[in-house]
Amino acid sequence: MDDMDEIVQEFLVESYENLDQLDSDLVALEQEPGSRELLASVFRTIHTIKGTSGFLAFSRLESVAHVGENLLARLRDGQLVMTPVTTDVLLRMVDTIRALLSSIEASHSEDGVEVAEVVAAIRAVLDGEQPVLPPAAGAGAEVPAEEPAPAAPAVEVAAPVEEAPAPAGPPADKPAAPAGEKASAVEASIRVDVELLESLVRQAGELVLARNQILQRAGALRDEDLTRACHRLNLVASEMQETVMRTRMQAIDHLWSKLPRVVRDLGNMLGRKIKLEMEGGDTELDRTLLEAVKDPLTHIVRNAVDHGIESPEVRRAAGKNEVGTLKLRAAHEGGQVVVEIRDDGKGIDPAVIGAKAVEKGLVTAAKLESLTPNDVLQFLFLPGFSTAAKVTNVSGRGVGMDVVKTNIERIGGSVDVESVVGHGTVWRLRIPLTLAIVPALTVECAGQRYAMPQVNLLELVSLDTERMSKAIEDVGGAKVYRLRGALLPLIRLEEALELKRPAEAEMPTNLVIAVLECDGRRFGLVVDRVLDTEEIVVKPLSGVLKAIGSYAGATILGDGRVSLILDVQSLARRTMRSDGIEHAAAAAAATTAATGEGQRLLVVGLGDNRRVAIPLDVVTRLEEFKTESIERVGRREVVRYRGEILPLVRLSHHLGGGSRGARSAGEVDAVPGVVYSARGRSVAIVVDEIVDIVAGQDARSDIDDAGLVGSAVIRDRVTELLDVRAAILAADPNFFTEQAQNELAEASKRLGV
Amino acid sequence: MSTQYATFHLAGHLFGVEVRRVQEVLTEQPRTPAPLAPRAVAGLINLRGQVVTALDLRRRLGMPDREEGKVAMNVVVRAAEEVWSLLVDSIGGVIEAADATFEPPPDTLSGPIRELIRGAYKLDDALLLVLDVDKALEIEGAVAAA
Repeated sequence: MDDMDEIVQEFLVESYENLDQLDSDLVALEQEPGSRELLASVFRTIHTIKGTSGFLAFSRLESVAHVGENLLARLRDGQLVMTPVTTDVLLRMVDTIRALLSSIEASHSEDGVEVAEVVAAIRAVLDGEQPVLPPAAGAGAEVPAEEPAPAAPAVEVAAPVEEAPAPAGPPADKPAAPAGEKASAVEASIRVDVELLESLVRQAGELVLARNQILQRAGALRDEDLTRACHRLNLVASEMQETVMRTRMQAIDHLWSKLPRVVRDLGNMLGRKIKLEMEGGDTELDRTLLEAVKDPLTHIVRNAVDHGIESPEVRRAAGKNEVGTLKLRAAHEGGQVVVEIRDDGKGIDPAVIGAKAVEKGLVTAAKLESLTPNDVLQFLFLPGFSTAAKVTNVSGRGVGMDVVKTNIERIGGSVDVESVVGHGTVWRLRIPLTLAIVPALTVECAGQRYAMPQVNLLELVSLDTERMSKAIEDVGGAKVYRLRGALLPLIRLEEALELKRPAEAEMPTNLVIAVLECDGRRFGLVVDRVLDTEEIVVKPLSGVLKAIGSYAGATILGDGRVSLILDVQSLARRTMRSDGIEHAAAAAAATTAATGEGQRLLVVGLGDNRRVAIPLDVVTRLEEFKTESIERVGRREVVRYRGEILPLVRLSHHLGGGSRGARSAGEVDAVPGVVYSARGRSVAIVVDEIVDIVAGQDARSDIDDAGLVGSAVIRDRVTELLDVRAAILAADPNFFTEQAQNELAEASKRLGV
Repeated sequence: MSTQYATFHLAGHLFGVEVRRVQEVLTEQPRTPAPLAPRAVAGLINLRGQVVTALDLRRRLGMPDREEGKVAMNVVVRAAEEVWSLLVDSIGGVIEAADATFEPPPDTLSGPIRELIRGAYKLDDALLLVLDVDKALEIEGAVAAA
């Protein structure tokens, strides 16, 4: 319904503009009756109105425009000649159309405007008869009802006319905003030069900065009047900033509206059957960002049609609906707009991408082994990488995903891809709402202040030194904090930026971990102190500082000092290996069992003093399972965990050893375990003891036992490397297959969960 | 013919930058350090709402650091698309130098100075070294390592 309203509003605005033109054209025609150019212009205008009114089911408007068009066609084709009578009739037609438009605008209906007379008059001219025109003065209803002549006594003439358009009306961001006393559609929206808006936005940004500075100074002065004035300034500046920002917002529909055609044409050309679904088209975005997203979005959509969705035959053979679905979804998510392009096509095979990457020399075969499938997919974003076997005119023109990534990152966004072979691919664009002003957190580290966008911030954890030394596990260079059971890799800002504390400076007795999320990965940034949240205006950096890659820009804080804005994304990327902890893909277990260089391992203890290492990137969480929550289902064990039933494997049984010492499972209340999740499914691996987390080791011998892929010397102890895939299969033989889900569901039913 | 130079002092030398390149001259400004930046980058200053990178010319030219406690003056110059501030010891006046007295860098100069000097004017009482601003602002890895 709203959509419809918007279309009607647009139609009204456009038609009013055209009608004004029409008036002057018709008048000019009288002077120059033979001008084909003028006639053609008039004809086009009426034609457009006729077409749209038919589409919007405004039948009276359509009938008037229809006969008018006929008359104009004759005139244009020279079958009739303009006479003053013709002009009269046409002008009357214009008046009637205008009256109809007013009526539609006011009451959404054409009722109350009589059109029969005008239609009859035009027909008469068409038939070469003398038209009977109703006297213009009596045509009250046909004249735009904008000025009901005030029938007030002369003395009161000076009183303000109520209907006068309010000059200080709110800047309407949409034409469809008739607030109370509705201004006519023409007055409610105007066209404004984009440049003007841009400079307004810039100035609003500077105003916010100046406000911040004034607020800070004023706070120290304790002057009551000044404080009050500052409050007002604060409010006005905030509101103004918001309003100005809104003038630049546009619904993402503006981009999407072109896609059905793109998908249809491309689909036809390639013989694909595709259903395009769109959700959240009214999500608004800064128009400059919208512009920047246009090409990447189109590219991904074309790519999905070309490489993602299979031909109907292939789909049928694979047991899928032969009509592929391409789904676009846009939504606000934590201060960002997320745009998803999801297809149910063939997916992207990491093996193919990997092979291609090796072939192109982007990675060595050995290195490839140690990468998770998700890492492998990231090769798609490298320059010059194109998987199209042959160059088609659809995609694979050398403009690849690297350009998409560059363009999206340039506007402070990110793009990632997930894919399941045979099931489809999801591309996810994260775009900031606006570039000009960003809510940020200011922190202090080694005496300096840094700002970071709040978008990335999940929570703050404050630790005193004593608790810190216990809570932060610092082993083999890998620092982790156990946040409610989940492992959070840590980055010390001090180390990441190589900050030097002055020799005389005291070490902070208290640290703060800012828990950040970036590209779907969580990590903790350790700083000395959190200062404030502030709205900052991002200022560009000189090339030499940009090149460092740790800063997203600079800003001027409330006290007038410059502060660098941390590039959280690249900090995370530079400091961590790309496979995060909460970030394990299904087949990862198969390929990552071999330790790659720098890979991190979770060392667990089993009975008989055995040590087994599990790659950390397949560890989703560390848990303690209550013994009482472990139950037997048939020959297997399961555990109740967060309202779910997880299949469970006891590592000591799986690897064919006894459990530790004489303690039987019944004697302990809880056992430590590792939870591994992928694609919404999880298994639990129960161990006797969690020992350590260490950086990867290369020393490896070939001792190979059932369930192990080898062993290494870690911290002077022989440690076996777990074959994770085998362990997972021991817990859930169908973990990697389709049936597993059903089996789990059944097990859940039996247990009444 | 002659050219106008804005002059400044650095470790006892007299330097000049073409007047048209100089936007303004400021006293010591609070600077925000930029960790990980090349050593010659002295930080960022707030120039009326604009963030400007400061270049420590002593470091850039391979001279010893300014004595502790001595303030640095800012010579704000325009480069291609950016505005930079050059940190110098003290500001001299504007000098009109006769082109006829211009010579290539004297042989007595060596090291980074020689690289970043376009030449010298023999003034009556001193030698005016003309700084190649654009070259001085090309700071990449080489200087970062210095």
